[in-house]
Amino acid sequence: MNAGSTERIPNPLQHQPQFAVPGALEAEVGELITHYPPDKKRSASLMVLHAIQEHFGWISQEAVEWTAQKLGLQPINIYELVTFYPMFRQRPMGKYQIKVCRTLSCALGGSYKLHKHFCEKLGLDPHKHGPQTTKDGKFTVEFVECLASCGTAPVMMVNDEFYEGVSHAKADEVLGNCK
Amino acid sequence: MPQEYRLILKHADQPGYTPGLDCYLRHGGYETLKQALTRAPKTLPDGKTLSGPEQLRDEVKLSGLRGRGGAGFSCGLKWSFVDRKSGKPIYLICNADESEPGTFKDRQIIYKDPHQLLEGMIIACYANDVHLAYIYIRGEFVEGAKILNRALNEARAKNLLGKHILGSGYGLEIHVHRGAGAYICGEETGLIESLEGKRAYPRIKPPYFPAVLGLYQCPTIVNNVETLCAIKHIAAMGGAEYAKLGTPNNTGTRIVSISGHVKRPGYYEVEVGKVTLGELIHDTAFGGGLRDGHSLKAVIPGGSSAKVFKAGEKFKLRRKGPEGREVEQEIDMLDLPYDFDTLIRAGSMSGSGAIIVLDDSTDIVEALANISEFYAHESCGQCTPCREGSLWMSKALHRLTHGEGREQDAEYLAKIADNIPGGRTICAFGEACAWPVQSFVAKFKDEFVAKGKADEERRAKENRAAKPVREIELTLNAKC
Repeated sequence: MNAGSTERIPNPLQHQPQFAVPGALEAEVGELITHYPPDKKRSASLMVLHAIQEHFGWISQEAVEWTAQKLGLQPINIYELVTFYPMFRQRPMGKYQIKVCRTLSCALGGSYKLHKHFCEKLGLDPHKHGPQTTKDGKFTVEFVECLASCGTAPVMMVNDEFYEGVSHAKADEVLGNCK
Repeated sequence: MPQEYRLILKHADQPGYTPGLDCYLRHGGYETLKQALTRAPKTLPDGKTLSGPEQLRDEVKLSGLRGRGGAGFSCGLKWSFVDRKSGKPIYLICNADESEPGTFKDRQIIYKDPHQLLEGMIIACYANDVHLAYIYIRGEFVEGAKILNRALNEARAKNLLGKHILGSGYGLEIHVHRGAGAYICGEETGLIESLEGKRAYPRIKPPYFPAVLGLYQCPTIVNNVETLCAIKHIAAMGGAEYAKLGTPNNTGTRIVSISGHVKRPGYYEVEVGKVTLGELIHDTAFGGGLRDGHSLKAVIPGGSSAKVFKAGEKFKLRRKGPEGREVEQEIDMLDLPYDFDTLIRAGSMSGSGAIIVLDDSTDIVEALANISEFYAHESCGQCTPCREGSLWMSKALHRLTHGEGREQDAEYLAKIADNIPGGRTICAFGEACAWPVQSFVAKFKDEFVAKGKADEERRAKENRAAKPVREIELTLNAKC
């Protein structure tokens, strides 16, 4: 890089210019911090990120900076969590997030066919494992690792709702209920 | 006839049983806690006095309880390692991460009988002079975390938690802490790092044994959900009585999760060692046998990281013969009593009590590819042999399952797998990702070699070299 160049390493986090934390969320975060010893605020970071993601749907650069400031940390301390833990989203996802379990017992129970079924139905690439969102932003489909319900394979989650023994007919019904 | 023995899951599936406090109280809930809190000091013949908590710890030692999370380590011993003289607070963490593929037992307790877990936890905390405890629950159990929070609030309202629990002067607070989708958080020091708000990088031991330097560098106990529920029953019935359940050195009951190609996949609570692996798979009280028209191919006996057993595999084990003397016997894999020690002697483990059954329709290479993809995804990335090795194995298996295999891939896989475990990594994930590969390749080598060879012959006909992994189209195969 030349001296004085304005080129920078691209920021992997996305911006959310209208980021603003409403009072209720701020209060929730404040309460979460009290769950840990007073000098161990850092412990609250996962719970705070969950609360933020629940509200905004994803974690932006502004959210990372806000969380770090709230917990008396550097942004990198929060950023490294967002990139480590698979449940945290670094960009907005679909309104309905379909997470199909990929791991062995579900695979034996037909989860690959289930994932393919969703992808074909929603015009997504069945060969991709990672999250894919439909053009209208309504659905995100992805494979996730073991959801700990191997006895009722194949299983999946749609947002926070858990579904077990998902046949293709049941999958269609669930899709139909997503308004 | 082998039967279920429901101790922990006694009420969970009864019609009308709900996770609420009222229902738990109607079924005798928190009576054990009341008794535990009011246990009088006991004077021993040598003049020493044992406090209530000390007596509870002795009961747990006497019970022979072994951890139900995976390692099967003695719970009494784990508690005895706790540094009680450091002057620092002692913490207890309930490991509710339930992340080992094949395992779904803790889910049943959390969702159906959360107060039993809380009662066990409060007793364990009282026994160890803990005043702040956490339940580390996997992020995917969204509803589970809500159920636990509701249960905690109910308990607080009834003075079962707080500054003076049931007027005893003993104070305890418990909070729920949610993970966010990382398998490694099931490893206890990774879990502690995660609870401290960091990446779940397991800590090196020594010096970071949780019993001495755990959460916030304080003495910490990490116990599995099922283990803590067992504590409640040990406190209720006494350690000696609990030890009568199960078999010597493998005492009590445990909840076995059975999944894969059986007619009745599900969770079954049994006395440890009183039921064989074959009974768990075939008996109508348990797995109910394989699907019609299929025969057994392999069994993963203790979660996906356990070494696989091949159908028909025999083991020479020393067991007590009819006259009570130890004799060497040849035992079929299916006749192994399902306990901690026997499965270790047979070269595998009962781990988290998760049995995954594979029938003859299974492509064994595909099955291993599936497992290895999991470990490649979940390696925390701290130690090179594990981070790189798990990925290399997954890539080689990916190649093998996508028509780009080589005859020597079996050897290649074994070579990588042999170089990951055995003290080369900070935590046991190194073993967990290598064991399936080592055992699958050793026991089903012909299938791996045949697949690679067929690919090579086909490419020779097409007159082309193998494609590098990144150019192989990721075609998902539903054969598995």
